[in-house]
Amino acid sequence: MGLTLTWLSIIVLIPLAGLFLKSFELDLAQFVDIITSRRTLNALKISFGLAFLAALVNLVMGSIIVWALVRYRFPGRRIFDAIVDVPFALPTAVAGIALTTLFAQNGWLGAPLAELGIKVSYTPLGIFLAMVFIGIPFVVRTVQPVLIDLDPEIEEAAASLGASRWQTVWRVVLPSLFPALLTGFALAFARAVGEYGSVIFIAGNLPNVSEIAPLLIVIRLSEFRYADATAIAVVMLLVSFLVIFVINRLQRWARAQEQAY
Amino acid sequence: MSEAAFAISRDRNDARTEPRWVRALLIGLCILFLTVFIVLPLTIVFAEAFARGGQVYLAALVEPEALSAIKLTLTVAAISVGLNLVFGLIAAWAVAKFEFPGKTLLITLIDLPFSVSPVVSGLVFVLLFGGQGFLGPWLQDHDIQILFALPGIALATTFVTFPFVSRALIPLMQEQGTAEEEAALSLGASGLQTFFRVTLPNIKWGLLYGVLLCNARAMGEFGAVSVVSGHIRGETNTMPLLVEILYNEYQFVAAFAVASLLALLALITLIAKTILEGQLDEGRQTREH
Repeated sequence: MGLTLTWLSIIVLIPLAGLFLKSFELDLAQFVDIITSRRTLNALKISFGLAFLAALVNLVMGSIIVWALVRYRFPGRRIFDAIVDVPFALPTAVAGIALTTLFAQNGWLGAPLAELGIKVSYTPLGIFLAMVFIGIPFVVRTVQPVLIDLDPEIEEAAASLGASRWQTVWRVVLPSLFPALLTGFALAFARAVGEYGSVIFIAGNLPNVSEIAPLLIVIRLSEFRYADATAIAVVMLLVSFLVIFVINRLQRWARAQEQAY
Repeated sequence: MSEAAFAISRDRNDARTEPRWVRALLIGLCILFLTVFIVLPLTIVFAEAFARGGQVYLAALVEPEALSAIKLTLTVAAISVGLNLVFGLIAAWAVAKFEFPGKTLLITLIDLPFSVSPVVSGLVFVLLFGGQGFLGPWLQDHDIQILFALPGIALATTFVTFPFVSRALIPLMQEQGTAEEEAALSLGASGLQTFFRVTLPNIKWGLLYGVLLCNARAMGEFGAVSVVSGHIRGETNTMPLLVEILYNEYQFVAAFAVASLLALLALITLIAKTILEGQLDEGRQTREH
């Protein structure tokens, strides 16, 4: 127990505390100045805005994928089930160069898209797609066990009481999946906000247009502007804490709901 | 099966499934999405790596720079996985087998590195050990190099991979409870004997599972390592960092060759993971019977 805490402190707590201490070297006005400078504000907007959109896509597509994987039988299902975890396991730099090459203007998917007038690589759209990629496993893997364990009799009861299939799914199944869906969404969002490796290759990294907040931290560090880097990091860290807090609440809520049944 | 029973069972199925066209649409969307976002990127890594044949591919991998990156990556992974293996066991033991105030908080803290941006994870170590950092001047006086060297890379990697082992073990150990340990202790086994003869065999698959995921992340970590490594060629470049450098220098075949090794690692990890999940399920079922 004591050992756990000591080790946790050395590796995780002290370094994080150091970050906050460093940020206290700035007074509030300086902090606000850094955060509200145009470039920082835009980077934060790009990271948070696109991460939110990507997590929404993950929510919708994740629901469809998990439904197909759990409820239907089709050839290759087990393989598709296994590869959902690829974004977890594939190093982000590898994912980054692979996605960039795939969506580049002469790439397998980039070329046909370019003919339609859609440019992906080196644009915010590229950032968005990389964030979608990185978020795929979260919704699927949080919802999957809940959907598998869902009592079939609830759906049968709904159907026998005259509900249409659509009503049953919408009013009976979906509410019981809701906490898991939201947890998956929050996890995907948190991951996408902080994502670096898979995004920077495809992003183009134009200040104010396609520059994400983690990259701006790296740039400020390489310019030895530690205060700027720290300020941006503190904002991102606070959001991480907020997301963790929300997820904890969600899980408590899910447990309470389970007990209510 | 009598005809009536058959009719009922068909009815039950119909109540829980969708019209044929909806099923086809959802399966189609699932396959299309996973193909575009996962199958194609994976394929392109290998296609690009072998774009100029097997010989060019192999030549790229035996470059001194590539070899030193592979060596560094293996070293860092060994250190981080080793440290987190020991810690993960202790942490999971503490959380699963004992009750104490602040337990939820401890679990949250253990999970923390999962939701922190890798770049921020690297930054905290720069702030601690860098020239302008808290310990920087002291380290310089004593000529200890942490940042832009192996210790910094290993520390950042350990931070990022911190939760994997304990996360894999906590639910498993909680499920198993403490009855078997108590039995062993009451029969006169020492604490260590109990651990090695009772606890460890019970959790071996879960432990392997955690180590596997921890290792995959340790070898592939990019953001955090990129911040603390200093990018000294042939010295502090891990494989993912080398991929970036080669790619930015337009040495695409070499970049994808190194990337293909990492992709292969990811695939092997996933296959092993699927097998281990089978083992874990089996263990769960035998316990329930």
